[in-house]
Amino acid sequence: MKISLRRKSDSSKKSSKKGKSNKSFDQAKWIRGFSIAAISIWVFYSFVVDLLPDVVASFFQKWMPASTVNESLVWVICALGLNIVVGYAGLLDLGFVAFWAIGGYSAGWFMSDFFHQVNIHVASTAPVTQKGIHFSFWAVLLIGGLIAATFGIIIGAPTLRLKSDYLALVTLGFGEIIPQIFYNGENIAGFNLSNGSKGISPIDNIGLFGKKLGPFDLDWKYLIFVLLAALMVFVSLRIRGGRLGRAWLAIREDELAASMMGVPLMRSKLSAYAVGAFSGGIGGVAFATHVNGVFADRFNFAISIILLAMVVLGGMGNVWGVIVGALAIAWVNATGLAAFGDTVNSALGTNINFPSYNFLLFGGILIFMMLYKREGLLPESRLKELLHETDDASSNTGGH
Amino acid sequence: MSKSVLNADNISVKFGGLVAVDNVSFDIPTGGVVSLIGPNGAGKTTFFNVLTGLYKPTSGGVTFDEQDITAKPPHKIAQAGVARTFQNIRLFGLMTAEENVMVAMHSHLKSGILSTILGTRKQRAEEAESKKTARELLDFVGIGGTADQFARNLSYGDQRRLEVARALALRPKVLLLDEPTAGMNPQESKTFVDFVYRVRDEKGLSILLIEHDMSVVMKVSERITVLDRGQKIAEGSPAEIKSNKRVIEAYLGKSAESGK
Repeated sequence: MKISLRRKSDSSKKSSKKGKSNKSFDQAKWIRGFSIAAISIWVFYSFVVDLLPDVVASFFQKWMPASTVNESLVWVICALGLNIVVGYAGLLDLGFVAFWAIGGYSAGWFMSDFFHQVNIHVASTAPVTQKGIHFSFWAVLLIGGLIAATFGIIIGAPTLRLKSDYLALVTLGFGEIIPQIFYNGENIAGFNLSNGSKGISPIDNIGLFGKKLGPFDLDWKYLIFVLLAALMVFVSLRIRGGRLGRAWLAIREDELAASMMGVPLMRSKLSAYAVGAFSGGIGGVAFATHVNGVFADRFNFAISIILLAMVVLGGMGNVWGVIVGALAIAWVNATGLAAFGDTVNSALGTNINFPSYNFLLFGGILIFMMLYKREGLLPESRLKELLHETDDASSNTGGH
Repeated sequence: MSKSVLNADNISVKFGGLVAVDNVSFDIPTGGVVSLIGPNGAGKTTFFNVLTGLYKPTSGGVTFDEQDITAKPPHKIAQAGVARTFQNIRLFGLMTAEENVMVAMHSHLKSGILSTILGTRKQRAEEAESKKTARELLDFVGIGGTADQFARNLSYGDQRRLEVARALALRPKVLLLDEPTAGMNPQESKTFVDFVYRVRDEKGLSILLIEHDMSVVMKVSERITVLDRGQKIAEGSPAEIKSNKRVIEAYLGKSAESGK
């Protein structure tokens, strides 16, 4: 939303100097707003909830438990990554779960006693005597992100030459293959890569200022996750405003014209893939510490689709929209629908399994959005422009 | 005019059985303004697309600035200094005029992902500099007031001008204009001729036009090449072309068939 405000105020200003100072002011503004929101939620869950009367506290426990908040933040991180690929560069990716899985397994490999053949410790919270590879959480974030980015480039290099629909199909395949490799990876030529369907658990604690944050230190981990999300917002906005972001936008608008203006298509698309995958990897590492393990059967196709739905619902290309979309859908998925079902069932004395209808709900939301609010809840200013001016251009909305 | 900046030797393009361009040789003299004309379907745009790397010729080669660019991808050719506009305007509609121009500076800018994220001093200076250049180019083509407007909201004539500004941002040596006066009224076409010369003289370019409007072609061109059904049927000064029998035949024959 702030992007659109800036655009409008920018165009009303005549001197470029003013527009620039406006921009840096905007950055300070969103960082302040984001911090206030993030810290108030933290204060609420760390201190205020305990002081509240039982009725209110149990209300929050039912409708918005702290673990749901944390899980939603993981979705936000991944959705922001997908937004770079889909929203910025206009490349439809139906296999984003692969990067999430790769990030998750990076945590599994480098933050547990899974590789018990060796004994490597680097700034880890795990006891030195514990076997396996134990890196610090912060290092693993970087490693997981880099491995995912590398895979983004590996999968992108041969496939990004394809036109949109075919690219979507290939990414779909990639999103199926990677989790399958992990699912069946307990014996790859005698090497146990992933522990197969049993998964890898537990994951080391996170070290933060001498504290050890385990699976139940939700409040501190919330701060870490919210910081990662803020980092992704920052990175998204910065890149978007620069040379590469312009190239992505140009490719989204008109690939051929972009190449004729000296924009290298492959390189620019690959960097979109790599940056998006990096954030998917970070999300994967964060998620592994959240659920204290990696389990192959969790990385299914539905995750790719839910992430895409988050981006579409919120507003492709607008980070604030994507955050809203991700929080909303993640909440419905994790808690909202179940809590709503409980309430309805106990009020009416019925016995309907509401969470099993979540895809019906998502599908319905997507159809509704496509029919009535194609640009998303908080649309990118540019898309809003397009959709509200001409109806005949609607087939190009996403630019993919 | 002694040397040519771009040379196309014996270019042929075949689409299946169809020969779109048949063994055409062509050059753009340094600092010249030359035109490519011909009836509809003569292969002009196909030939253009070969020069800019969009199509690879079935046979023949293109040299630009003494390097072979035949097999190079479009963005490399653009970076080397061949810029173009499009017959049906292809601007980045949902980007501002300024951003459109800045996209074409992509290859001249150096900031990478990391320096952009960190917002290093060098990166910010580079951005400010390119913004300034973009504004100057917009002023140069006469649409300085539209810098913050989305390209798709500009008037038709301004969009044409923006395409030229964007092409100039590549700092090209050769500018290819594909039917630049299409859709312009006679008054606009007239001022366009002066504009072409101003671009050439102030930016030190060589210019190749594809053009339908004969009054523009005759006025603006120093040399005219005529294509018909993929073949080069004539080449020479406007006066020579005007009196060339084959050219008249090609045009009148076509017109008679289409019942104009």
